[in-house]
Amino acid sequence: MTKSNFTRRGVMKTGAVAGAGLALPTYLRAQESFTNNPTGDTVTLGFNVPQTGPYADEGADELRAFELAVEHLNGEGDGGMLQTFSSNALEGNGIMGKRVEFVTGDTQTKSDAARASARSMIEKDGAIMISGGSSSGVAVAVQGLCQEAGVIFMAGLTHSNDTTGKDKKANGFRHFFNAYMSAAAMAPVLEQLYGSDRNAYHLTADYTWGWTQQESIQAATEALGWTTVNNVLTPLAETDFSAYIAPVLNSGADVLVLNHYGGNMVNSLTNAVQFGLKEAQANGKQFEIVVPLYSELMARGAGQAIAGIPGSQNWDWKIENELGDRYKGTNAFVQSFGEKYGFPPSQAAHTCYAQTLLYADAVARGGSFNPCSVAEALEGYEFDGLGNGPTLYRAADHQCFKDVVVVRGKENPENEFDLVEIVEVTPAEQVTYEPDHPMFAGGALGECNPGA
Amino acid sequence: MDAIILQFLNGLDKGSAYALIALGLTLIFGTLGVVNFAHGALFMIGAFCAVTVQRLLSLSYEVEVEGETDFLGNPMTTDIPYVQSWFGEAIGQGIIDWSVPLAILFAIPVMLIVGFVMERGLIQYFYKRPHADQILVTFGLAIVLQEIIKQIYGANPIPTPAPEAFRGSLDFGVWLGFDPNTIIYPYWRLVYFFFSAFIIAAVFAFLQFTTFGMVVRAGMADRETVGLLGINIDKRFTVMFGIAAAVAGLAGVMYTPINSPNYHMGMDFLVLSFVVVVVGGMGSLPGAVLAGFLLGILQSFASMNWIKDILPGIDQIIIYLVAIAILLTRPRGLLGRKGVMED
Repeated sequence: MTKSNFTRRGVMKTGAVAGAGLALPTYLRAQESFTNNPTGDTVTLGFNVPQTGPYADEGADELRAFELAVEHLNGEGDGGMLQTFSSNALEGNGIMGKRVEFVTGDTQTKSDAARASARSMIEKDGAIMISGGSSSGVAVAVQGLCQEAGVIFMAGLTHSNDTTGKDKKANGFRHFFNAYMSAAAMAPVLEQLYGSDRNAYHLTADYTWGWTQQESIQAATEALGWTTVNNVLTPLAETDFSAYIAPVLNSGADVLVLNHYGGNMVNSLTNAVQFGLKEAQANGKQFEIVVPLYSELMARGAGQAIAGIPGSQNWDWKIENELGDRYKGTNAFVQSFGEKYGFPPSQAAHTCYAQTLLYADAVARGGSFNPCSVAEALEGYEFDGLGNGPTLYRAADHQCFKDVVVVRGKENPENEFDLVEIVEVTPAEQVTYEPDHPMFAGGALGECNPGA
Repeated sequence: MDAIILQFLNGLDKGSAYALIALGLTLIFGTLGVVNFAHGALFMIGAFCAVTVQRLLSLSYEVEVEGETDFLGNPMTTDIPYVQSWFGEAIGQGIIDWSVPLAILFAIPVMLIVGFVMERGLIQYFYKRPHADQILVTFGLAIVLQEIIKQIYGANPIPTPAPEAFRGSLDFGVWLGFDPNTIIYPYWRLVYFFFSAFIIAAVFAFLQFTTFGMVVRAGMADRETVGLLGINIDKRFTVMFGIAAAVAGLAGVMYTPINSPNYHMGMDFLVLSFVVVVVGGMGSLPGAVLAGFLLGILQSFASMNWIKDILPGIDQIIIYLVAIAILLTRPRGLLGRKGVMED
């Protein structure tokens, strides 16, 4: 007779434990095994913003917002949007009791440099989350890196459809709106302002953001009845757009759509105004210029040229004062930011601040820094009080859905921070699309990667 | 036809900037034998002279606006420029409005000094060093200069508008018998073209019709012999460096209303200007001017839609294609001299 080591009780115990283990989500099984699990009493976040290069001023504003968010998370300052955020998970004691520290990287608005700085923050500094950036090319590149490394990427200013479209990743989340949303929000306003019988000429920056912006606004305006006369791709490095602007007036177009951002936008808009397009008549109508994506910081560079030009924004610092407490959180943030830095925040600053709070909140609600726990807490999350009104972080593509602000350049700005006026706010429902919309097709979120 | 005329005008305008920068580059190379990669930075510093003058003329004091508050709820203030309080609103506004042309007066001495300091402080030590060393040190200097400007003025472009009187555009087509709105051209770009033509003519006249210019030309042809005649040619060449810096600076000042200046604008022009110099012929002043206008016009034509439909992307490579073609057929460039950079 042989004696077995297996007892009925032992088998049942082992089976129960193994069964419970298998039933748990993957991230809990690997609770202690994820990239940069913070073991001390601090947690490090990585803020990857353009500190040099053409978007350095935008990057500086993002960094200001990140610093403010960290301050508020650690219970310092006046708390900012923590007071208005619909979630109560954050208590001003860091994240899950760990004091928040941060490191910064310089994206230089170059994909390879941005990946290198993000990698350095993850590998050398132990950053558990990466955020920031001012370009879609950079966002897509860094998002891919974070997916591979097993950390969360909370995108900064990135507006290309591709970021949460064909290049979406399970570890990446975008609070900022996108090109489709800009077009969907602007179309009704454009119809109201300029009618449905228009011929549009597009100048488009020749990279991922420009292509998706042009595709989106063309589809939206053609749905109104507009005709697209031409779409000319312009090199990203171009500084003098006169050769591209000069033929516009003779092309049969009566609207010029500038799918340009940043320095490109400043120069192309300035050139268009110099060539008299704002005063010109075409097809018996007043010639019009449209800039689908506004950047207040860059708009300063265009000066008077932006007066009367419509565009769209993710957020505006005046929105709560002008449109009421649906947009609560705005004034709290503007107050904190304004008192610390002396001027109102840009939309880039706002989205970065909101992303930091959303990340911290997701950690607190999920009870873990594990990226898969954070992702699960963010997916399908509905929140309010961060300045954009009720917002949904859609699970299917990790894109936030919220109201879009349609603005136009102010004719007589009172100061350099008051360059745009809010024309209308388009409700989130009108800018929402199906996850499998053709403009976002071609990619898959894949599986969340907790890393190590 | 109208499109061709329009792009020709555009090309003249682009060519003006290329020609002015390339002229300065060639002056330095022709006199000192230095390949100056910091020349684009001089163009950029010139542009920021205009920004500085605009800011100086707009220096203001704050006045509280009664009954109004700012975004933080503090009493609202408004800025009143000192020139307005000194000279009255109309004259004060007029002075600020004309800040770009007025900046020329500021830029000339500033650029002469910058050029002098650059040459005496750094570049003179590299006269006898290989061209590769000169390129490295001047390129490094360019980066330092642009970072200094970024530190002071930020990375964003700064609007520096033309005077109100020149902000519109000219219906050039009507003059030529076309329908209205067929050939529209901004006034300031025409001003820029004539200004460039004037500066180029002035530089050539200075070299051609003054004793100083004659000595410099002699020095460019045979530095050693001029030295043997007891003439301090180095001193004259230092002055020429200052003049070249001033030419680049003035090109920058007048360019600011065309594109809002930013710290990177010098780099945007630098590579193109070197291509212009090479195409024109190293060391040839007329070559630099000729190639500047030629390449500017070709670049504009290459941006025409029907040309891009046939050859996509041609607008980006046309200058380099022409450079390759010229260097294959005329290795010294269009008007290059024998023996320059051929040792």
